[in-house]
Amino acid sequence: MNAQVQIDAQVRELSYAEAIREAMAIALERDPAVVLMGEDIGTYGGAFQVTGDLIDRFGPDRVMDTPISELGGAGVAVGAALTGLKPIFEFQFSDFAALAMEQIVNQAAKLRYMLGGEAEVPVVFRMPSGSGTGAAAQHSQSFEAWFGHVPGLKVVQPSTPAEAKGLLLAALADPDPVIVFEHKLLYKMKGPVPAGHYITPIGKAAVVRPGQHVTIVASAIMVHRALEAAAKLAREGIEAEVIDLRTVRPLDRETIIASVKKTGKLLCVYEGVKTLGVGAEISALVAESEAFDYLDAPIQRLGGAEAPIPYNPDLERAAVPQMPDIERVARQLAKGEV
Amino acid sequence: MMRDTQENTPFAIRQFSPAQLREALRKMHLIRLFEEGAEESYMRGLIHGTMHLSIGQEASAVATCMELTDADKITSTHRGHGHCIAKGADVGRMFAEFFGKETGYCHGRGGSMHIADVKTGNLGANGIVGGGLPIAVGAALTAKRLGRDDVTVCFFGDGANNEGAFHEALNMAAIWKLPVIFVCENNKYGMSTAAAYATAVPNIADRAVAYSMPGVTVDGNDFSAVAEALHDAIARARAGEGPSLVENLTYRWRGHSKSDRNRYRTKDEIEEWMSRDPIARFRAELIAHGVLDEAEADAVEAEAQAAVAAGIDFARQSPAPGIGDVTKFVHAEVAA
Repeated sequence: MNAQVQIDAQVRELSYAEAIREAMAIALERDPAVVLMGEDIGTYGGAFQVTGDLIDRFGPDRVMDTPISELGGAGVAVGAALTGLKPIFEFQFSDFAALAMEQIVNQAAKLRYMLGGEAEVPVVFRMPSGSGTGAAAQHSQSFEAWFGHVPGLKVVQPSTPAEAKGLLLAALADPDPVIVFEHKLLYKMKGPVPAGHYITPIGKAAVVRPGQHVTIVASAIMVHRALEAAAKLAREGIEAEVIDLRTVRPLDRETIIASVKKTGKLLCVYEGVKTLGVGAEISALVAESEAFDYLDAPIQRLGGAEAPIPYNPDLERAAVPQMPDIERVARQLAKGEV
Repeated sequence: MMRDTQENTPFAIRQFSPAQLREALRKMHLIRLFEEGAEESYMRGLIHGTMHLSIGQEASAVATCMELTDADKITSTHRGHGHCIAKGADVGRMFAEFFGKETGYCHGRGGSMHIADVKTGNLGANGIVGGGLPIAVGAALTAKRLGRDDVTVCFFGDGANNEGAFHEALNMAAIWKLPVIFVCENNKYGMSTAAAYATAVPNIADRAVAYSMPGVTVDGNDFSAVAEALHDAIARARAGEGPSLVENLTYRWRGHSKSDRNRYRTKDEIEEWMSRDPIARFRAELIAHGVLDEAEADAVEAEAQAAVAAGIDFARQSPAPGIGDVTKFVHAEVAA
């Protein structure tokens, strides 16, 4: 497998959705074993227009509309991956993966282990996720922690167009099942994306803004809210270090621990429900590590409310961390007010 | 030896060579003796956990796999020892797996419920009822997409026909005309719940109508009837004409698993089915049609007996996995 990083000099402005589409087009061109599967990904172009015109370019045998059968469809992708194809299976909304937990958790995640390493399941599940679209409780959830709890799965959460492309190509190159949580509010966000094939490594977080007063570990859209908060705090002389988590499983312990040892303060920001969420694991790994001795304040978490995502727009905003929440808690941490 | 050429000669006798038929009988004995050996080893504490025995269902497993090659795939069930042996697995490595040894097919990580042999095309038994159905469709999709002519046989029990996965899988196999054969081993009970109670149609093969595929119900204890149904279904699959559903009516002599107290069925029923022993029936058929004589048939059984004894020895003498390797095989090992 050619995992070599080949970045063309050319960098264009693409949206997050366009970057994902470009990654899939590259994959389809490079490897005849790659197939796309999902509901309405063909002529319709996907519910969020991520597959777009790929059916015109690659045909219905490689860009396969599935019936509305999430469990069966995911299982077909697992069986195909087990026998030589490399399917990228799109759930129309990550919420619908609840219908397919059996195949993802009991089958895809465990087959290599149950079979003693004699088989592999190189499947990629793409999951449009997150709130902010007014779609209410069954079309807005953030399930990263659910899947992050399962040995055998890898879970990534790109926050920019370039990451979305690089992490998807990394997921495809990985011989094990990878779940890609794409944030729906980011699909239209534009950013620089290198042309050609390249990989953003799974399991590596990125320090996207260096600082020495407080560490903010964030993922997906929370990275952008954290960066906005950090820019505001900088005007007050508070330098927040913002870490883009990128991968939920396996967590990049080194980057997080090194940052906390430097700043002595940790704020975890994540959209999933706060209790037993990704930030709980990050807090625990820091508390268990040598970084514990460097902490100058209690670890803080900002996560989703203990409620389903509500419909009313004000309630919906209130249900997940927003920029002012991050700014406020990071300031309190930096000033020793926690 | 004279071969019977009459019109009423069973399909299997006409279709297969004496060597193939002898091998089929050997595999049926091997399944029975393997499971008896596993049961005894369990009683003696050499195997822990639980197991689901298919004693009484041997014709279904062996006849179904008669025309499959190693390139063809099967997905199997929690009652999957017979399928594994029928597809060509070595009983020594199977016993080693049951004994939790590193030499087992799954290196001691899977046990009875996940027994597999990928090299002979067995993608694995499955602990989830219906779990293998969509996976089999995926394996058939691979064959079609890559232009290979292998087929996939999906074994499942009567219980699985009421899982959503069954319906989703059959529908997708049909709309994409995939080379998959769904083989239902209807042994009358999903654990304790009778198929007659739990299923709205009289025969599980009736479900095929809803998915526009042929569906047949056969006597699953009649080797030849099963082999003939599979012959037609495999030919259809290889010709690109799509999936089929075959229902093998059979019966497990033992309980569902080791905890079963058999409260949901009568002694008479069990005894009645034991009198329809598929192995005795096949053996008698082979002798009646001059494929084997009594002494040759005895030799076949003795051969299987020796393989089982050797397999248990191999398993007992095999090393256990290292305790430090508990997370080995969770992910691919990354080359340094």
